[in-house]
Amino acid sequence: MERTISFTLNGKPASVKGEDDRMLLWVLRSDLGLTGTKFGCGEGLCGACTVIVNREAVRSCSVPVKDVAGKQVMTIEGLGQSGLHTIQAAFVKHHAFQCGYCTPGMILNAYALLLKTPKPTPGQITKHMEDNLCRCGAHTRIVDAIAEAAGAGRGGVR
Amino acid sequence: MKPADGTETGARALTGQVGAFTEPLPHGRGSDQSHDRKGGVAGLSRRELFDLAGPGLFLCFGVDWLAAQEPARLPARQGYPTDLNAYLRIAPDGRVTCFAGKVELGQGAMTVLAQILAEELDVAYDQVDMVLGDTGLCPYDMGTFGSMNVRFFGPALRGAGAEARTILLQMAGEQLHAPVARLQVKGGLVTDPATPGKSVTYGQLVQGKPIQLRHLQAAPVKPVGGYTVVGHAAPRKDALDKVTGKAKYAGDFTLPGLLHARLVRPPAHGAKFQDADTSAAEKAGARVIRDGGFIAVLHDRPDLADRALGLVKARFERPGPTMDDKTIFDHLLKTAPPLRDAGSSGDLAEGEKTSAAIVEQTYLNSYVAHAPMEPHSATATVENGKATVWASTQTPFSLRQQVAQAIGLAPEHVRIITPYVGGGFGGKSSGGQAIEAARLAKATGKPVQVVWSRAEEFFYDTFRPAAVVKIRSGLTSAGKIAFWDYKVYGAGEREAKPYYDIPHQRTLSAGGWQGGNPPGMNLSAVGPWRAPSVNTNTFARESHMDALAAKAGMDPLEFRLKNLSDARMRRVLEAVAKQFGWKAAKTPSGRGAGVACGIYSDAYTATMAEVAVDPKTGHVQVKRVVSALDVGLVINPDGLRQQMEGCIAMGLGYALTEEVHFKDGEVLDRNFDSYQIPRFSWMPRVETILIDNPGMAAVGGGEPPIITVGAVIANAIYDAAGVRLRQLPMTPARVLEALKKG
Ligand code: FES
Ligand code: FES
Repeated sequence: MERTISFTLNGKPASVKGEDDRMLLWVLRSDLGLTGTKFGCGEGLCGACTVIVNREAVRSCSVPVKDVAGKQVMTIEGLGQSGLHTIQAAFVKHHAFQCGYCTPGMILNAYALLLKTPKPTPGQITKHMEDNLCRCGAHTRIVDAIAEAAGAGRGGVR
Repeated sequence: MKPADGTETGARALTGQVGAFTEPLPHGRGSDQSHDRKGGVAGLSRRELFDLAGPGLFLCFGVDWLAAQEPARLPARQGYPTDLNAYLRIAPDGRVTCFAGKVELGQGAMTVLAQILAEELDVAYDQVDMVLGDTGLCPYDMGTFGSMNVRFFGPALRGAGAEARTILLQMAGEQLHAPVARLQVKGGLVTDPATPGKSVTYGQLVQGKPIQLRHLQAAPVKPVGGYTVVGHAAPRKDALDKVTGKAKYAGDFTLPGLLHARLVRPPAHGAKFQDADTSAAEKAGARVIRDGGFIAVLHDRPDLADRALGLVKARFERPGPTMDDKTIFDHLLKTAPPLRDAGSSGDLAEGEKTSAAIVEQTYLNSYVAHAPMEPHSATATVENGKATVWASTQTPFSLRQQVAQAIGLAPEHVRIITPYVGGGFGGKSSGGQAIEAARLAKATGKPVQVVWSRAEEFFYDTFRPAAVVKIRSGLTSAGKIAFWDYKVYGAGEREAKPYYDIPHQRTLSAGGWQGGNPPGMNLSAVGPWRAPSVNTNTFARESHMDALAAKAGMDPLEFRLKNLSDARMRRVLEAVAKQFGWKAAKTPSGRGAGVACGIYSDAYTATMAEVAVDPKTGHVQVKRVVSALDVGLVINPDGLRQQMEGCIAMGLGYALTEEVHFKDGEVLDRNFDSYQIPRFSWMPRVETILIDNPGMAAVGGGEPPIITVGAVIANAIYDAAGVRLRQLPMTPARVLEALKKG
């Protein structure tokens, strides 16, 4: 159905007009110009498109935009707007990426984990990150970075 | 830590290191300015630069200016420009922009090349900005593959930096009225210690202009012992862009009026286009471009272009039955070209005579996909007879030729810009998506973006070839290899010839990733996949070495060393054994420990692994991997470790799960559900050892450690469970089957 959907995007009001069953990923990337959210598989299988909706990590390639009406959406562009977020800083420090294509999704998925579980064990980190794919093989550094961010956050993310 | 034996060890694991991370991080220390700097030259944006230079013309070069100069005598720059100004530019504020035809695939080219230039030029690493893979601005380069960045381009860049430094010091001497020998330079600031207070910066000397070339007696590069930047870890140049989402990939460029294109694809390789009805797509608001079987639907929203594609009714004639992922191996043996000699010596018959035991085996591996997380993407504009294409490619300069040819322009009127590339691994050496985008931009008169779907990515991938290796070999009663007869079909001959001491040997090869395959031999195009040929050949050779060791009743490490006089290989093996804590034992010992080694492009690597095999499910968990690598001089130790870790992670895929499923030309894998790549829970504890070998010029390290992963796991499985897996990948089903057979 054609209509206008309004939501909060990275702390600011946003609205898009169009078919309300379009997937959030494409609305973010092409209607709203936020290209930090990546397309990797289009079927919820890789996590490259991960964004935060009301404090939960979701796969924006598989979420119709109508489902976020009235909700809080955060993309990688919204994280650490006033300087690097702890998780981002830890990713930099550990070089927890290579090509960087999976990185926005990794960081936001980690963000959602730390919201819920401020002091995750390595096992909890692995489990939570399991379905985010990284072809470059930065996995162990990603886990190290998340663990460090959890330590630095003293039990939580801002 | 640096043990006395000259090796350096780093450990990374998913567990056990968390306690170390208790220091709070400086939060909120962004460095936004450095984002803006990327690609800037003398305060200009890339766009402005392009306007200034025009496609094909090198930045600010008056052709007359070049002609007026006699080329100075230069250090060798094989295949690369001799003019140092092709590589670097110094802005009045002293910032140095380095131009390189290489691309940043994630392997850290941006960082390592900046280190090399900063070192030779004597500027700070932070002063260097990188412009990569832009055919309008960068010197020609054949492409980013084969771990050749530091091996071949490195020396050219070093030479350019050294020559620039020599000239700059001469200029400074003239300006400061001081003999060059007395001058000191640090961070691009030249001082004369004899007259304190007198100094001049590189920026002041050249004023943003090209450096005027001079006749030089010599422009010596720095001795390795004098390095302060090279050989040390450096913060990655791409880090801030990548963690903030500011990093732009080819599909992230938006231009006014941009159309997103989706193309009609055949259902199978070999299918022939019949006809198509595109009316419903047009009715839905998409633009349609048709040229025979080349049919694209375009829309200003990518997802709506995709929906429109779903409305196109296209008919194809499918090919007849050919082969599938099970019959491929027989098919390869039937269709391969004649075997060619890839290195023989001695007399096999003589070797047979001296053998106390013969071991003969066949090893198989399936097609494997590159599956980079970023699919092939391109954004193209064609305007006023000039084309600009942002493309995810490993070969921007050859892509320029291909695009030019496809749209009927001279290559100098085509500019390929390679932004960040989201992984390549050899798979982005073909530029089909960029050609499609350029053709459609020309046809529509609008900028066009083509981003392949994951299914297209699998369908058009240039797979690592499926292969068969047959080895027949003999053992003397003293545990020496008596002869070795090796035949590889499909993979290619690289590093197929063994480096063990074998008096009578023959290595034969038929077909491979580089071509020479008769039509119909392979499912589709095959190509280079991270360390091409060598994964296959190392898997076969090192599995077979283990089988021979078992036959001889010897420890597999001891057996290798007994048959090996190559000092570099002995050294990596000994280093890895020490770190691993290898205890000599006959296999299978039940411990689940394995060893494998190999050579790739003059890099030496050895790996040990520990695995656990679940007898009920056939699942193999790799618990620990120790990898040692000798690449000569190490330019960036942490960068090298990142590559080694990446190789081991990626290697788990081809070892354990990755194989392309297909039938009669149809690629059955369309996404990451059926095609499983490594995940977090698969990761072993990884320890990396860098062999200290600064006397040898640096060779690339982005590929070598992947070559041993298949064999080291196969050998560890044998040690754990007493069964030998001779087909990759070693899926749970294959492991179970092997266990059942015993
Ligand atoms: S693109 Fe959404 S999960 Fe892969
Ligand atoms: S860093 Fe390349 S996919 Fe993760």
